[in-house]
Amino acid sequence: MLVLTCPYCGVAACETELAPGGEAHLKRFGPGSSDEDFEAYLFLRPNVKGVHFERWRHAMGCGKWFLAARDTATLEVFGTYRAQTSAPPPEIVAAIQAKRPDWSLT
Amino acid sequence: MRRYSAFAIAREAARHHLGWERAWRSPTPKPRYDAVIVGAGGHGLATAYYLGKNHGIRNVAVIEKGWLGGGNTGRNTTIIRSNYLQDPSAAIYEKARSLYETLSQDLNYNVMFSPRGVMMLAQTEHEIRGYQRTAHANALQGVATEFISPRRVKELCPIINIDGPRYPVLGALWQPRGGTARHDAVAWGYARACSDMGMDIIQQTEVTGVRREGGRVVGVDTTKGHIACDKLGIVVAGHSGVMAERAGFRLPIESVALQALVSEPIKPVMDVVVMANTVHGYMSQSDKGEMVIGGGADGFNNYTQRGSFHHVEETVRALIETFPIISRLKMLRWWGGIVDMTGDRSPIISKTPVEGVFVNCGWGTGGFKAIPGSGWAMAELMAKGHSPLADAFSLSRFREGRFIDESVAAGVAH
Repeated sequence: MLVLTCPYCGVAACETELAPGGEAHLKRFGPGSSDEDFEAYLFLRPNVKGVHFERWRHAMGCGKWFLAARDTATLEVFGTYRAQTSAPPPEIVAAIQAKRPDWSLT
Repeated sequence: MRRYSAFAIAREAARHHLGWERAWRSPTPKPRYDAVIVGAGGHGLATAYYLGKNHGIRNVAVIEKGWLGGGNTGRNTTIIRSNYLQDPSAAIYEKARSLYETLSQDLNYNVMFSPRGVMMLAQTEHEIRGYQRTAHANALQGVATEFISPRRVKELCPIINIDGPRYPVLGALWQPRGGTARHDAVAWGYARACSDMGMDIIQQTEVTGVRREGGRVVGVDTTKGHIACDKLGIVVAGHSGVMAERAGFRLPIESVALQALVSEPIKPVMDVVVMANTVHGYMSQSDKGEMVIGGGADGFNNYTQRGSFHHVEETVRALIETFPIISRLKMLRWWGGIVDMTGDRSPIISKTPVEGVFVNCGWGTGGFKAIPGSGWAMAELMAKGHSPLADAFSLSRFREGRFIDESVAAGVAH
């Protein structure tokens, strides 16, 4: 069972306590953007097999959204962090690179 | 190819079964093909089959990373139905269902299609209205379904508890010509027919890259070397995102795990397929006597072909109330497959930004029932550039807002 630690309340929450929310760090395109950008923002996903950043909500706990770095090919969790950021923090990137030396943030 | 028949069984019985041929060849890849299909599951093999049969394109290779039919084709719960709400969906799923009716004769391979009837239980007031709407839509689409009473449900499937306190059965959407088929046999039958047409099925070979020149495909790199081709069909279900990246574009797809399980075999207790979408559970009995149970998909991206235990627990807990008879059954096997989900829960059969590359994906949790129709439409698209069955399922529908919204109509269970 997937266990993620909520960065707000510190609880190691199992999957039944959490609600998944899709890919994290999407760059938002709104009115005035091109059709291509808007489509990419709304629908197109890299759907990575490997290191994946994603949104989760501690639905049955504190109720807050947070972000997680996880490997979709192995179900390994690299870490969780607060949602008030537009890119993974350095310690998360370091934690991933410690286990995936070939991986880099693109 | 030696045809299978009652005569063939008698002939082989008389000579110690020494005359059976291998069902398909395992050739080494040629340097060049007119068309290459990536993925030897049901959809990929059906695409190749109809390319040859309907369009005369027979210089075709089907390249498979693992073994033939070892992905979602061998992992689904084998349900066949076409009671969809939207017109394009009803058209392609009904095409598939009608092809299943004669598939065994067509392929000379027994796919054990069993039109035993599929019922989708209405267990809330909302579902009653939803399924009545679907029944009306199906009447207009020429798909034979009807909304039936709880009493009729009980007659068709006596082991259902229609008076459950939490999930009473209030009616059902009944498709008498829906049913099941032997999933492996569908892949094997198509593979045998493709091989007989001279197509090459190349297993244990991964496509690692797509070669392009001036915006069009010229070939693929594989673990067995480079293979040139004019047209490339990507039919890889859960790994569509991975293959799309190798071809240089992105898809509106996310891959998640979907699970199923079967019980120990028991004597015949139900001869219909029952789906309960409110509780995300569906069940049928296989010819071996196992109860085949499927549930809802996980919510998070996953490529591991195993899912979360709590989803299975939820499914079984809910089914036990509707089918009290199964409460003491032991479960024999439990597995997961990776399904490719689109936002509107409808598939993608489309051209792509790379000329000559076509994708057939996004079947999500309901691909098995569509295999013949999907192959038929994909082959037509690859051969002619468009297909009446496939046109509504193009990639451009997301940009243009022409969704084929089956997520509301079908709930989660497919």
